[in-house]
Amino acid sequence: MTPMRATVGALLRKELLLERRVPQVIPAMALFSVTTFVVFRFALNRTSVEGNVASGVLWVTLLFAAMLGANRLFVTDHEEGGIEAFLLAPVDRTALFVAKATTFVAFLVLLELVAVPAFVILLLEPGLSLQDVGRLALVLLLADVGIAVIGTLFGALAVQTRARDLILPLMALPLLVPVIISSAKATAPVLAVAGAGALPGRYLALLGLYDLVFGLLAYAVFDFLLDD
Amino acid sequence: MTVLAANIPDNSGYVVAAYLVFLLLLIIYLAITAYRLTGLERRIGDLTAQVDAAERSPADDGADDAATTDPSGVREHSA
Amino acid sequence: MYSSKLRPLSLATVVVLGGAFVLAAFTAPIDSDQGFSQKIFYVHVPMAIVALGGFVFGGIEAVRYLRTRDPKHDLRSYTAIHMSVILGLGVLITGGIWARAAWGVWFEWREATLVSFLIVFLLYCTYQPLRFSIADPEKQSRYAAVFAVTAGAFVPLNFIAVRLAEPYIHPRVLNNTTGGALPVDMKIPFYLALVGMTLLFITLWKLEMTHKLARGRLRGLQRRLDLAAGDRDAAGPAPRSAAPQVVA
Repeated sequence: MTPMRATVGALLRKELLLERRVPQVIPAMALFSVTTFVVFRFALNRTSVEGNVASGVLWVTLLFAAMLGANRLFVTDHEEGGIEAFLLAPVDRTALFVAKATTFVAFLVLLELVAVPAFVILLLEPGLSLQDVGRLALVLLLADVGIAVIGTLFGALAVQTRARDLILPLMALPLLVPVIISSAKATAPVLAVAGAGALPGRYLALLGLYDLVFGLLAYAVFDFLLDD
Repeated sequence: MTVLAANIPDNSGYVVAAYLVFLLLLIIYLAITAYRLTGLERRIGDLTAQVDAAERSPADDGADDAATTDPSGVREHSA
Repeated sequence: MYSSKLRPLSLATVVVLGGAFVLAAFTAPIDSDQGFSQKIFYVHVPMAIVALGGFVFGGIEAVRYLRTRDPKHDLRSYTAIHMSVILGLGVLITGGIWARAAWGVWFEWREATLVSFLIVFLLYCTYQPLRFSIADPEKQSRYAAVFAVTAGAFVPLNFIAVRLAEPYIHPRVLNNTTGGALPVDMKIPFYLALVGMTLLFITLWKLEMTHKLARGRLRGLQRRLDLAAGDRDAAGPAPRSAAPQVVA
C-alpha cells in the first residue's frame, strides 16, 4: 500500500499537469465570471456596486463559475477510464477524493485571482485596502473549501448519471446555501463604502463548521461512489 | 351549531383552507394508491388466467391427444 | 411483511389525529396575538416536524444500506424521503396560507424556519430525478444512499445557518414554534397532533412499501410463469424506475 500522502501527491500532480498542458477548466471559469460581471452591470442597471449588493454579485458569480468547474472535474477521468485505472492501483481510495477536492480548491483560488481583481476594477465602488484584501481572502478560502468538498462529492455522483450537468447544480446549490449565507454576510461589510468593520466571527465559525462537517462526511461516503 | 357559527371569527377562511390542503393531499394520495391498486389487480388477473391455462393444458395432454382443441393451451405446447 | 400492524396503525392514526384536530378546534384557546388563524399551527408545525424527521430517518436508513447493502434499507430510505417530500409540499402550502393570514404575505423571508424548510425541500426534490437518471438498480441505490446521507446531515446544519442569517426572527412565531411558551390548553392538542402525524407518516410509509413489495412479487411471479412456459423474457426487462427494485 502506497502511503496516502504519496498517492494524493501523485494524483494532484497529474491533475495540475493536465490543466497546464490543456487548460480547460480555469479559463472557462474565469471567462464565465468576467462575462457574468458584465451581465450584472446591465441586469442591475448599475455601473458600480458596494456593500450587500457587491457581496451578492461576487458570490453568485463565483458559485456559478464553481458549478461549471465541478461539472468538468470528473468528466475526463470518466470518459478516458482514469477512475478504473485508479481502482486497479493498490492505494487508498479516499486519496482520490482528497486529491480532487484539493485540485478544485486550487482551481477556485486561481479563478479568484482573476475574478476578484476583475470585479474590483469593473464594478466595486470603494476599491479595496490591503487589510480588506486579507479579510476577503480568508472568507474566500473558507468558502472555497466548502464549495470544493460539495462540488467534488456531487461531481463524482453526477458524472455517473445520464443528466450529469443538469443534476449537479440542482443538488449542489441548495446544499451550498449555508456557505452563501455566511460568505455573503461576512464579506458585505468588507465591500461597503463606509469602510470595513471587523469580520463577523460567527459567520466564519459557521463556514468552518460547514467545511468540517461536510469534509468528514464526504471523506466517509466518497468510497461508495467508486465502482467495485 | 348556531353558537359555534357565531364563535367563528372573520378570518377563518385561511384556517379552513390550510386544513383543506392537508385533506386534499391525503385524498390525492388515496386516489393515486387506488389507481395503482387497479394495476395490481389487473396483473393478478392476468397471472391467474395464465395459471389456469397452464393447469388445464397438462391435464389435457395426459388424458387424450385429441383434447388439444383448448385454445388457451396452445402456448404451453411449444415448451 | 410490511403490511403487519397496518390496520391498528391506521385506526390509531384516525383516532389520534382526528382527536387532536377536534381538540384544536374546540378546546384550544384562541391565540391572543394572532387570533383564530393561529389554529393552522396544529396542522402546519406537526407536518413540518414529521417531514424533517422523515428526511433524517431516510438518511439513517441510507447509512444502514451502505453498511449492509441490504436492499430492504434502500427501500425504507427511498419511501421515507418520498413521503417526506409529499408532506413537505403540504408544509409549504399551509405555511404560505398561515403567513398570509398572520402577516398578509404568502412568503416571509424573515421567518427562518420557513426559509430553511424551503431550502431543504428544494434539495430533496432532486432525489427522485437523481435516482431516475441512473439506470443500473444497484448503482442507483448506492448513489441515492450517498445523497440521502449528505442531505440528512445537511438538514440540521441548514437550520443553524438560516437562523444565524436573520437574527430578528418574528417574535410571534418564536412563541409558537418553540412550544415552550405555549399554554397547556394549546400544548395538549399540539403534541397529540404531532403523535397523530407521526402515526400517519408510519402508516403511509408502510402502505407504500407494501405496495412496492406486492408489485415486485407479482413481477417475479410473472417472470417465473413465463420461464415455466418456456417464454423467456416475455415480460421484458423491468421498466425503468426511480423506485428501488424489489426482487421477490
